[in-house]
Amino acid sequence: MDILNALILLLNYIFIPALTYGSQLALGAIFVTLIYGILRFANFATGDMMSLGTMVTILFTWYFQSLGISLGVLPTALIAIPFGILFMIIYMLSIDKFVFKYYRINKSPPVQLAMVSIGVMFVTQAVVRIIIGPSDQRFFDGEKFIIKAREFKEMTGLNEGLALKSTQVITVLVTIVLVSLLFWFLNKTKTGKSMKAYSDNEDLALLSGIDPKKIVMITWIIAGILATIGGALYGLDKSFKPFTYFNNMLPIFAAAIVGGIGNPFGAFLGGYVIAFSEIFLTYAYKKFFMYILPESMEPESLVQLLSTDYKFAVSFSILVIVLLYRPSGIFKGKVL
Amino acid sequence: MRKNLNVIAAYSIMMVLIILVGVFQSWNIALSIFNMCLISAVMTMGANIQWGYAGLINFGIMGYTALGGLAAVLISVDPVQEAWSAGGFDILMCLWLIIALVLIIRFILKNFQKSKVRTYAIAVLIISGILLIRFTAEPGIEAIEDVNPAKTGFLGGFGLPIIFSWIVGAFFAGGLAFIVGKVALGLRADYLAIATLLISEIVIAIIKHEDWLTRGVKNVIGLKRPAPYEVDLQTTDWFINLVEKFNSGKLELISNLSDRQAALNQLVIEGSSVFVKLCYSGLFLTVVIILLILTQKALYSPWGRMMRAIRDNEEAANAMGKNVVKQHLLIFILGSAIVGIAGAMLVTQDGLFTPGSYRPMRYTFLIWVMVIVGGSGNNFGAILGGFAVWFLWIEAAPIALFLINFFTAGMSETHALKLHLIESVPYFRFLMMGLGLLLIMRYRPKGILPEKIEIK
Repeated sequence: MDILNALILLLNYIFIPALTYGSQLALGAIFVTLIYGILRFANFATGDMMSLGTMVTILFTWYFQSLGISLGVLPTALIAIPFGILFMIIYMLSIDKFVFKYYRINKSPPVQLAMVSIGVMFVTQAVVRIIIGPSDQRFFDGEKFIIKAREFKEMTGLNEGLALKSTQVITVLVTIVLVSLLFWFLNKTKTGKSMKAYSDNEDLALLSGIDPKKIVMITWIIAGILATIGGALYGLDKSFKPFTYFNNMLPIFAAAIVGGIGNPFGAFLGGYVIAFSEIFLTYAYKKFFMYILPESMEPESLVQLLSTDYKFAVSFSILVIVLLYRPSGIFKGKVL
Repeated sequence: MRKNLNVIAAYSIMMVLIILVGVFQSWNIALSIFNMCLISAVMTMGANIQWGYAGLINFGIMGYTALGGLAAVLISVDPVQEAWSAGGFDILMCLWLIIALVLIIRFILKNFQKSKVRTYAIAVLIISGILLIRFTAEPGIEAIEDVNPAKTGFLGGFGLPIIFSWIVGAFFAGGLAFIVGKVALGLRADYLAIATLLISEIVIAIIKHEDWLTRGVKNVIGLKRPAPYEVDLQTTDWFINLVEKFNSGKLELISNLSDRQAALNQLVIEGSSVFVKLCYSGLFLTVVIILLILTQKALYSPWGRMMRAIRDNEEAANAMGKNVVKQHLLIFILGSAIVGIAGAMLVTQDGLFTPGSYRPMRYTFLIWVMVIVGGSGNNFGAILGGFAVWFLWIEAAPIALFLINFFTAGMSETHALKLHLIESVPYFRFLMMGLGLLLIMRYRPKGILPEKIEIK
């Protein structure tokens, strides 16, 4: 019984939160990695593009709520997301047309493109803050829990409760569906394969008759989809605040690089690597050991490897270690 | 003279703008903008040395600024004796442990062949070392933080004049840059950017949460000042006389004696804060001029030529026998040290150290906008960038407010859109920065004052 309690404890406080957070990071990391692989620059506007997509989703959610449309137990935001995606695709394509295209045609060095993306970051952030303001927004409605901690305790008779939020399930399910569709697209369709070829060797791809304009356009479209869904899921699960989204750019970069930049599957796994290590290293295991150890050996301290203040620092340290020992990332991306 | 015309013109415009602020808003605001411009100029010069001279991207400016600020605290605050006696011994033990750990790792790295066993041994050593350090430090840290937590709760500093911290800040930042450079300088440009950004976040996390050293988010307030205090000035005779002399024309117009006294008092209060700001301006201006002379000399020296050669063609420079790795590390340290000075200056001016205020937007990306807008590789350009961008950053809100009122003049005062726009005025500065950066990158990619190398 104690072992079961201990397992539920880990499931409740480590596994489920890490899986959710990891999925959100993974979507962002695939976004970064695709831009990097095909357009060849580090996009510093990632976090703010995600926040713009989320903001549009929120505005549509409010609009639908005011019309009285809802999905019952499911959050209304799910109907709003497609509209957010549509807006983001238009936004991404126009940003590309008015800003990035010029540098791509001039074959500017990647650093210059990264600088330009900082300009885009400033502008996008300003637009988001001007329209919706810098404060916290919650836009979740519908049923909050699938399993409540108390119900679970009564049902099983265990000491530890297991809470399962509906946003967590939605996040994981949507991520699985979206990522499998994306990998199917990249690996099985002709366009996807030509994207891969373009990412591996641009000149060779051009020689074999691949249209770069089409590749770039599709990349931005996928980027728009990933940014909106990733951002909206994060906002549903936690809350929407522009500053948090800007900050999330950092673990997302870490995830993309740890997984091997330019490698979408690596980025996907990288998100989970970052999320799990952040939560594993900063969780206080005292209660866990109280369950599995006999009473005489119970620990006095919190048995916490690092305080939660250093949550972000963990992912960055992992990144530094990976950069030092395996600069191409765990799952072999482009060699840096 | 002729070729420097654009430099002179650009600086004159900047000065006129600041003077206009002085005339139309107040001299207090103008001087505080001027002081912050000078500090920004120092930061920009640091970043410019790395980017303009050597082509190294450093997105960790925030971290070095914060370390400079930490130096200001550690140098100027009086030591907290109680805290030292409570936990000083444990902390010193930890320091020795860290030094021993580093030495042991160095010894292993030097004397053993590279192998899997060595890597694992080092990993085990580091992990067990960190655990050991945590266990030794814990009681000490708790004891220190328990000493009068509302006021101190940290070890304090050395109680020296705060000016010294400008040099110490440079050393702190340079030391961090040495470690970062050793780790990250081999990376390609955009990875270097990401890595330095993330490392600076780690530095901030440590400064924010190690309360025994920095008081963390509880902030350190009331630091010593190199300039006199306003309150003291207001009661000293020579200063009151000075203000009276300065404004004698205005005062004589008032015939009533008590009214004149009241007016004088008001003038003294205003004058004192202007005077203090002027003191800071003098100090900062000295730093900027010294750094400008040094960096200009370096730019035209054989060393400067070598750096440009390395920047423009690393392989060729390498083939000519220049040690690229070493020079990169050197210039990374130098640039970061200058940023460290600026960090210490910033805390000196504010008189308080607030770790929570160090954010990448303000202390990394804004500085980079300054470098790009001003002109990378040109010291005058870098300083101008610092001035122009900071000026716009501060004056963006009034400008935006004016524009909003202008364009919504037809709407009623209570129109929802107008109210919303006026409420979000502070965020228009981001918009202006972003648009400015994008326009400069597109139409004048070398900046307002581009790099110009004359062979003398």
